[in-house]
Amino acid sequence: MSILVYAEHDTENLKPETAKVVKAATQMGDDVHLLVAGENCQSIAEQAAKLAGVAKVLVADNAAYGHQLAENTADLLVEMAGGYTHIVAGATTTGKNFMPRVAALLDVAQISDIIGVESDDTFIRPIYAGNAIATVQTADKVKVVTVRAASFDAVDESGSADIEAVDVVKTSERSSFVTESLTESERPELTAADIVISGGRGMQNGENFSLLEGIADKLGAAIGASRAAVDAGFVANDMQVGQTGKIVAPQLYIAVGISGAIQHLAGMKDSKVIVAINKDEEAPIFQVADYGLVADLFEALPELESKL
Amino acid sequence: MKILVPVKRTIDYNVKVKVKADSSAVDLTNAKMAINPFCEIAVEEAVRLKEKGVADEVVVVSIGSKSCQEQIRTALALGADRGIQVETEDALESLQIAKLLAKVVEEESPEMVILGKQSIDSDNNQTGQMLAALTGMPQGTFASEVEVNDGKVKVTREIDGGLQTVELTLPAVITTDLRLNEPRYASLPNIMKAKRKPLDVKPAADFGVELESHVKVLKVTPPPERQGGIKVADVDELVEKLKNEAKVIS
Ligand SMILES: Cc1cc2nc3c(=O)[nH]c(=O)nc-3n(C[C@H](O)[C@H](O)[C@H](O)COP(=O)(O)OP(=O)(O)OC[C@H]3O[C@@H](n4cnc5c(N)ncnc54)[C@H](O)[C@@H]3O)c2cc1C
Repeated sequence: MSILVYAEHDTENLKPETAKVVKAATQMGDDVHLLVAGENCQSIAEQAAKLAGVAKVLVADNAAYGHQLAENTADLLVEMAGGYTHIVAGATTTGKNFMPRVAALLDVAQISDIIGVESDDTFIRPIYAGNAIATVQTADKVKVVTVRAASFDAVDESGSADIEAVDVVKTSERSSFVTESLTESERPELTAADIVISGGRGMQNGENFSLLEGIADKLGAAIGASRAAVDAGFVANDMQVGQTGKIVAPQLYIAVGISGAIQHLAGMKDSKVIVAINKDEEAPIFQVADYGLVADLFEALPELESKL
Repeated sequence: MKILVPVKRTIDYNVKVKVKADSSAVDLTNAKMAINPFCEIAVEEAVRLKEKGVADEVVVVSIGSKSCQEQIRTALALGADRGIQVETEDALESLQIAKLLAKVVEEESPEMVILGKQSIDSDNNQTGQMLAALTGMPQGTFASEVEVNDGKVKVTREIDGGLQTVELTLPAVITTDLRLNEPRYASLPNIMKAKRKPLDVKPAADFGVELESHVKVLKVTPPPERQGGIKVADVDELVEKLKNEAKVIS
């Protein structure tokens, strides 16, 4: 088994998901290579080389990979695929974007968003917003797999893999990067935080999210949201937790003014401890909450902040 | 400009599915079915582009058994012009669907293909990207804004860190995210009109595509149930429990 893992980064930092995706890869086989593609990504390669279980880091450093355009990244991976039994990436918006292209160009299926590895060809993945769990086996020679990072522990940083340059440049004429607006935040990333506090439609507007910020500051928590809160324009899209947003599994998840629709639960129900604050005692969120507080959030949140 | 919109028949998003007792699949007996919500957003976007004069024809295609004609009719009622059903009784995988769609693209030569980013049943998030790869088209996935200009399309994409805008040369594939638009409700007259719009049925076998499955579903099980917890009386009790019982804060 020889596994090529795509390392996710923002040019400055290796994303914390990568160490978890490597963990999943090591369960598929033991010869794990990490591909770092990007522009000026040498320091990423050095960070990647420390991940335990990685035998080799391959670096494709070229402007063509600067914004992880799906067309260029997929072509690079396809070119490199020879000799690998598995191609693996995180089920992030980056991985989801280019991996199906890789699969199609290799004429193989993709196994999306796995939460478990049964063997080198058999994987476990949620379907129907996590209301069913499928065990699937692929007959393909090359297995193209995306991994739900929240379901795996991170490998540690005790490794010291060799770093090798890759001299493949793939540039699509038909797709180009225009601009990016990334949310700047001092808080931990949603998908990496130990504690997440999320607000829903019950927050009523964007300003009221400051009630969550005070608590998040005290707990070192990330802030999330339901789709309703994002759709209503209270907060940015990258804060959406759920079936079609981000999947989180922190130690503590606090849902505030969120009813608990199945699509939201799909994104957080694997959290270790769930707290729900909602004024409607019949809200479905209470069915998954370890601790439910039936209260008006506008009274409960300031009190909670003062008592932490 | 012609826009092709592939749509999928899926379970209604309000239904919470159960797994069959023999662990072979989810139980869809008598389940309410609907057009996949992301596909509906795709249809709406195509129809809006037509209303703006950017597109002149919107063609919907669905791959499946006769029942998916219902979803094609739904799309026609929302304003699409004609439908194509690629008929098959098999539950195909994304790769096979993408291969069939690539053949439809070959026949129809659309300037744009708009699809939902994922279907809420298999949750794969693959078909659009695969179709783009197979047809050599560039892709703009998870779109929250689409702007067509001069043979190019600018797509604003919802990504984990925020938003990214890419520019693609047409023809291109776009997949929709939730905030691209809010689909309209079909009016009764439009539902009646949709019944008379053309709908071609073509057997999947006629496309000369290898339809064999690559992936075997070994079993489907219910997810681990979370034990419901307790209600706390007030904020004091909540803080006390989190500190001393759950030990998740200090
Ligand atoms: C295709 C598709 C994909 C989707 N994907 C996602 C997804 O990824 N993530 C997601 O979250 N949703 C998703 N949804 C939407 C989902 O179905 C729900 O509509 C959404 O989660 C509801 O958000 P909410 O709980 O904030 O709002 P509501 O359901 O309106 O709930 C608001 C809650 O706030 C409570 N409340 C109001 N005021 C107060 C107060 N003063 N104090 C305390 N409590 C109060 C109310 O009692 C209520 O329970 C998706 C839907 C579709 C169709």
